[in-house]
Amino acid sequence: MLSTSSGVVYSRLLLREGDESVYELFIGPQHPSSGHMRFIVRLQGDVIVSVDPDIGYVHRTMEKLAEGREAIKAIPLLERLTIIDSHNATVGLVTAMERLLDVEPPPRALYLRTLLSEINRIASHLYGMGIAGIMLNHSTMFMWAFGDREVWLQLAEELTGARLTHTYSVPGGVRRDLPQGFGEKFEKAARYMERRLQDYMRIFLENPQVVARYEGVGVLKKSEASRLGVVGPNLRASGVKYDARLADDYGAYKDLEFEVPTREEGDCMARMLVRVEEIKQSISIIRQVLRKMPDGPILSEKYLKLLPPKTRERVLQEGRVKFPALFASLKLPAGEAVARAEMGHGEIFYHITGDGSAKPYRLRVVTPSFRNVILFRYLAPGHRFMDFPAIYGSLDYFPPEADR
Amino acid sequence: MSGEKPSWLVALEGRLRELGAELEVQGSILRVRPAPGKVREVAAAAVEAGFDHLASVEGIDWPSKGVIEVVYHAESYEPEKRRFLFEVRVQLPREKPVTPSLFDVWPNALFMERETWEMLGVIFEGHPELRRLLLPPGWEGPPPLRKDFKVVEEGIYVEYE
Repeated sequence: MLSTSSGVVYSRLLLREGDESVYELFIGPQHPSSGHMRFIVRLQGDVIVSVDPDIGYVHRTMEKLAEGREAIKAIPLLERLTIIDSHNATVGLVTAMERLLDVEPPPRALYLRTLLSEINRIASHLYGMGIAGIMLNHSTMFMWAFGDREVWLQLAEELTGARLTHTYSVPGGVRRDLPQGFGEKFEKAARYMERRLQDYMRIFLENPQVVARYEGVGVLKKSEASRLGVVGPNLRASGVKYDARLADDYGAYKDLEFEVPTREEGDCMARMLVRVEEIKQSISIIRQVLRKMPDGPILSEKYLKLLPPKTRERVLQEGRVKFPALFASLKLPAGEAVARAEMGHGEIFYHITGDGSAKPYRLRVVTPSFRNVILFRYLAPGHRFMDFPAIYGSLDYFPPEADR
Repeated sequence: MSGEKPSWLVALEGRLRELGAELEVQGSILRVRPAPGKVREVAAAAVEAGFDHLASVEGIDWPSKGVIEVVYHAESYEPEKRRFLFEVRVQLPREKPVTPSLFDVWPNALFMERETWEMLGVIFEGHPELRRLLLPPGWEGPPPLRKDFKVVEEGIYVEYE
């Protein structure tokens, strides 16, 4: 084993049964906190010996279902992976499909995708912070974050017509143009959020009770984070500056300036603080998007020209896309494409294999929560049982996303 | 990829050729087909070059060719390598798909190989716990991501009694 050179303590990844002094505690699967899953925790006194995350309670066999239907139907299907972050979950899929189909979305569509992605990211982080709060019995944090998340859901609804399942990006572009007066509404929301983040710090993250539960708990070292392939804020809190927005070219990120916040401590507190900083960055990205967004069509010319002239004119005028008939049986050419995108929870990976038919031959998706599930095994042993909910909350783990 | 090949890529390609692997660079993907029995050496070379964790393990069933293809995608968090993906492809006979586990090379293969075992019936030799992950414990039938497993949709209007 490479255990010494790799920076990962292998024994922490393996399950330990222990002798008769070890007892088993079953947590879940009746929604222990963030969703349907079960943990089998082995304890010696109050100290955790090992944790076996038992996932799959919300497995919907999405990879198989995607093989059985037309390619375009994979978008509303896979959006159900992470309903709280649905555009970030599917923008990678659409990007991979475009690479396979050889379609280039127009610049305005890329900016609109980035806009919705960042709105989604803020909402997803608020959801995660609220859940983390209630896991420490801090119901104010839960109520505040969930209430404030509504602001971002409303903005997403304004843009796409749906609160959660937007199905906004389609191969070649997006479905709707920016509505009138969106900028003012966003600015109001942004100013509100910036002030609220200060409130969160005051009532939650700087609260001595919370500090005592979070600081120095569940520490993940930089080398371990990299070897375990951890993603998202959990990775960046351990000092690794990596973000799929930098690694893959999608949306309008290469035209925009943004920081990738990192911290060195790698503990629960660092993971929470990275999320706070990322919300600030997302607000700054949206401001730039609204300022710099170029004019032009929102669907690729390749598809626009397939529409009858009258429909086409109406689409360009109203900024609402009518799908060309071709979309119903869009043929994916033989070949393959890969895309990565950064969700609120971390990087999502898509690999599509086409065989020239209208259905994907194989659609592989690896979600950030599935990448991060290994941390339950790795971080918990050696901690007291009361630290378990603190670690769990700080990971922002989302079962339906991991199970797929 | 634009411009010259970075020096680490040239060095990695040299090392992989030494191991007798077939290479192909497509955009930002370095696709490697290891020589028989050399998967672990190829993976270790990738780790040494900075591709120290996996983004994905998947199986693709090709009944027409009688093979199951296992595809590994490794990534790197280093700034100059993060654009690239290191892809390893191994073809296994469909009747008896057995391949060595890469858990001790890439630790996060732990859950990904377990999933591929469950969904495609690929046996990863040396994996510490090949047991059900996403499917229910008593699940029976061919591995669901094989092409001979058909999803039966019951429709909207179902006969009642």
